[in-house]
Amino acid sequence: MLDSKIPSGPLEQKWVDYKGHVKLVNPANKRKLEVIVVGTGLAGASAAASLGELGYKVKAFCFQDSPRRAHSIAAQGGINAAKNYQNDGDSVFRLFYDTVKGGDYRAREANVHRLAEVSTSIIDQCVAQGVPFARDYGGLLNNRSFGGTQVKRTFYAAGQTGQQLLIGAYQAMERQVALGNVQQYTRHEMLDVVIVDGKARGIICRNLVTGELERHFGHAVLLCTGGYGNVFYLSTNAMGSNVTAAWKAHKKGAFFGNPCFTQIHPTCIPVSGDHQSKLTLMSESLRNDGRIWVPKQQGDKRKANDIPEEERDYYLERRYPAFGNLVPRDVASRAAKERCDAGYGVGTTGQAVYLDFKYNLINKYGRAEANKLGIANPDTDTLIRLGKEVVKEEYGNLFDMYEKITGENPYEVPMRIYPAVHYTMGGLWVDYELMTNVKGLYALGEANFSDHGANRLGASALMQGLADGYYVIPYTIGNYLADEIATKPIPTDHPSFIQTEKEVADRISTLMNIKGSQTVESFHKRLGKIMWEKCGMARNEKGLKEAIVEIQQLKKEFWSDVRIPGAIGEMNPELDKAGRVADFIELGELMCKDALNRNESCGGHFREESQTEEGEAMRNDKDFAYVAAWEFKGESNWELHKEELTFEVAKPTQRSYK
Amino acid sequence: MKWSELFTSSVGKKVIMALTGIFLILFLIVHVGLNATIWAMDGGEMFNKGAHFMGSNIVPRILEIGLFAGIILHIVQGLMLEFQNRSKRKQGYAVAMGNKGSKWYSRSMGVLGTLILLFLVVHIADFWLPNRSNQGFLLGEEINLYDKMQEVFKQEWVVALYLLGCFSLAWHLLHGFQSAFRTFGVSNKKYLALINCVGIGFSIIVPLAFAMMPVSFYFGWV
Amino acid sequence: MEQYSMNLTLKVWRQKNANEQGRFDTYQVKDISSEMSFLEMIDVLNEEMIREGKDPIAFDHDCREGICGMCSMYIDGRPHGPWQNNTVCQLHMRAYKDGDTIVIEPWRANAFPVIKDLMVDRSSFDRIIQAGGYISVNTGSPVDANAIPVNKDMADASFAAAACIGCGACVSACKNSSAMLFLSAKVTHLALLPQGDPERRSRALKMVAQMDKEGFGACTNTGACEAVCPKGISIENIARLNREYLAAGLVAE
Repeated sequence: MLDSKIPSGPLEQKWVDYKGHVKLVNPANKRKLEVIVVGTGLAGASAAASLGELGYKVKAFCFQDSPRRAHSIAAQGGINAAKNYQNDGDSVFRLFYDTVKGGDYRAREANVHRLAEVSTSIIDQCVAQGVPFARDYGGLLNNRSFGGTQVKRTFYAAGQTGQQLLIGAYQAMERQVALGNVQQYTRHEMLDVVIVDGKARGIICRNLVTGELERHFGHAVLLCTGGYGNVFYLSTNAMGSNVTAAWKAHKKGAFFGNPCFTQIHPTCIPVSGDHQSKLTLMSESLRNDGRIWVPKQQGDKRKANDIPEEERDYYLERRYPAFGNLVPRDVASRAAKERCDAGYGVGTTGQAVYLDFKYNLINKYGRAEANKLGIANPDTDTLIRLGKEVVKEEYGNLFDMYEKITGENPYEVPMRIYPAVHYTMGGLWVDYELMTNVKGLYALGEANFSDHGANRLGASALMQGLADGYYVIPYTIGNYLADEIATKPIPTDHPSFIQTEKEVADRISTLMNIKGSQTVESFHKRLGKIMWEKCGMARNEKGLKEAIVEIQQLKKEFWSDVRIPGAIGEMNPELDKAGRVADFIELGELMCKDALNRNESCGGHFREESQTEEGEAMRNDKDFAYVAAWEFKGESNWELHKEELTFEVAKPTQRSYK
Repeated sequence: MKWSELFTSSVGKKVIMALTGIFLILFLIVHVGLNATIWAMDGGEMFNKGAHFMGSNIVPRILEIGLFAGIILHIVQGLMLEFQNRSKRKQGYAVAMGNKGSKWYSRSMGVLGTLILLFLVVHIADFWLPNRSNQGFLLGEEINLYDKMQEVFKQEWVVALYLLGCFSLAWHLLHGFQSAFRTFGVSNKKYLALINCVGIGFSIIVPLAFAMMPVSFYFGWV
Repeated sequence: MEQYSMNLTLKVWRQKNANEQGRFDTYQVKDISSEMSFLEMIDVLNEEMIREGKDPIAFDHDCREGICGMCSMYIDGRPHGPWQNNTVCQLHMRAYKDGDTIVIEPWRANAFPVIKDLMVDRSSFDRIIQAGGYISVNTGSPVDANAIPVNKDMADASFAAAACIGCGACVSACKNSSAMLFLSAKVTHLALLPQGDPERRSRALKMVAQMDKEGFGACTNTGACEAVCPKGISIENIARLNREYLAAGLVAE
């Protein structure tokens, strides 16, 4: 039943062959074909722009006030590409291999290889669009290294790479808006997919300003709606990031792939109290120059700078000498949790570890600058002063942000960091063409499950979002739309549109009529707590089973006691939030179910039952080398479909970063 | 793009302000230079020679027409911009931003300009108008402007008004001088710093020199 | 930094929708921790209001890490509140002390009409970008990214301008409601790169024309925009835009 449509032939020829034989739509016919793009982040904006350029009639939707606000904008560190500009041994194969291995062998080889292939074009395209990547004095592009790899292949623009890439895609999209190829709908939220004769043919969305429901037709529907990390309430996602579009598609028949694969990012600013509404990431690139440590003594209450060198435990360097502070995110996160759980954590809550820049400030940057300036035998103060200048240029904005939030100066005292939910590798199941199992319904970027397996490497999310939007969907959508050229636009008074709109309207009025006593936010917080404690960094059978029961109870309580102020036919942010939280609750249950089913540890998914004696994650390729694709069968009822994963080139090995 | 489009856009209007502003600054240099001859201590001989040249030679008289055109354009455009800009925020703030981020005089160019305009009316009525009318608005016989100054600057309120005019001019120039160059597109930090310096110097020295003229007459220093 | 808690008085602009008259309402918030962000303090107030059956305050916000540009509050006479180079979402309550009164207004400009309470419509910014804030290249196979070296200083200056988050604080601070800082940041970003050079002239002309059409005022170089810009975009960009515009306008036929 699950056909991933991977082309035959050798791995490195698959995409080339596919492109060579895929069906094309002639320019005159493209004008007659309408495509709906939901979400305007990197994947959505780049897809909308590229499809508009090709001549399709595109409608792009976002819930924010402008496409430029999408949360891709917050990505800090960089974007990977196999350019090998640094002559350090990188290649398409290396990038492919690192990504499959980093994903703990739970990604599709063919997809990942394609991603590595197109990565180089993305950089060319972005530079042509005017993305101001960091450059060297000779005028050529600069690279930095990122966790989990041993080459420098990450392109960056200070700590604002996501912003610059998104602005590039946004501008390309606005150009198409100006040309009339793309119609832009801001402050619109998709609330359901319309299916006509088994094919996705449109969406129902709510105009968030007026509260009106709108029907929109499209020959195909692209969901580029990002990840669902906010199911944990606290995450590094934007406040508005949600699963609703993907979840509605799921309930309309699209399978959800590997929902339990969540990435917990090791370097975030720790929680300060119950009032916390979101968490802030400190780019992984900081691990290039910062050393992570905790005191060797349990419950050490001294200030960080008062703890002498020999009493510090650089636990990543100790446990993983080969990669040290640059181990992949899942490994670094678990190691931090292990230390904190064992009582070595720092800060008022004990839920934090130190990320210390002093060593490299002095020894790496300070000395290099001193050498440049010809200062012989510089003293420590000089080295610190010189080092600070360099660090400021590399990470200034991050350091400032840290200081604004915590009130501490990270140039003087080590940062306190702790892991936080950051990215979701799971998502709608898609085939090689990025189409879900519902015909004409596509999922791109973080919204799909396809390229990162069980753990995403740093600087790969931007790469995937843009690959999908700029270089994959423009080809693969033609293969579907070539057969649709005879399909006339379906009028939106078609019974399917009317029926779907009615379902949406009914759900909204049900929510509004509950008139209970608890706020939406309070339910979201409770859901987040359950998810974080029982389906977070470490999971076990008992906890997951409890979580499922608790979530089901929470759901009942939500639907009988939630309180939403205001009215339907007006701007009502609480109503919008209520719809999203209702979907998160359902998703939470499925995530726990998936985590329970996957009785192995892999990537971001750590099952306590499946670990080595040293406490490292233990994968089980014999029983779990598959994609778990869940089909919605009714309330709290899902059927599991398995897509077996075969590894012909990157043979699975136990990941070791020692 | 037509000329009319160029000079009616928001940037174009500012360019007109800057162009006429710089032109008026140049005029101020000539005016202050010429008038400074009152301090030659020769009973106004050198001053009257200069004044006679300006009033009787065809070239300055033609330039004078340009000067009036420039002043009128600067005033009309300036007032229009002031009102247009104000109309862009129909609902104002309850708490004004005040000096958090900008200098009071940079926000008060319209008011300062209007004060200068009021001064100008009096100033023209005091000197230019009687002189030109005496000439029949052609190249006829001039009046002795030095004597006229002696007479006019005996009155306290006139001296006070002139001081107020010079004071307004100083603040107006302090912002206007460097702003004009920014409008012309000088964005280089090095040059902006230079222009700022010159601008501050100009805004202090020229209005001060002008201000000293009525004061000098009033106290009988000349 | 020592944590402390405080009670505050808030005066907040309430307006049901674009067509109705707005007014200030006064609220008391209690036990606010100095470690909260400003928006978290508003969250606390909103939660309380929902429980009391009142309509919570609508405000724009999304990433809450100072980069999306969505948050927009004019606090005590300054866009984004009292801190320099900062957005509201990054403003933390340690900026205040017990007993303070805080006045919160939406961005005010004809080109940014109020949608509800503190939310305004900034789609005019999108239309300014549509007018020319891009480089006209289609997705495809451009030259290799390293084929055209770019002077590092130029690339850095371009990046500094490209850091604009499009929040609109510049407009809200400007006495003329001018969008020149926003516009000049985009023109500078693209004009300083060789890739943006072919369109630099038409870009400046088209974007300024659109700005005028949207009902923004003209720039009078007061510098208020630069002072409140959360990303420290320099007013020198406006001078560069003027130059680009003049150079283009004088030769365009």
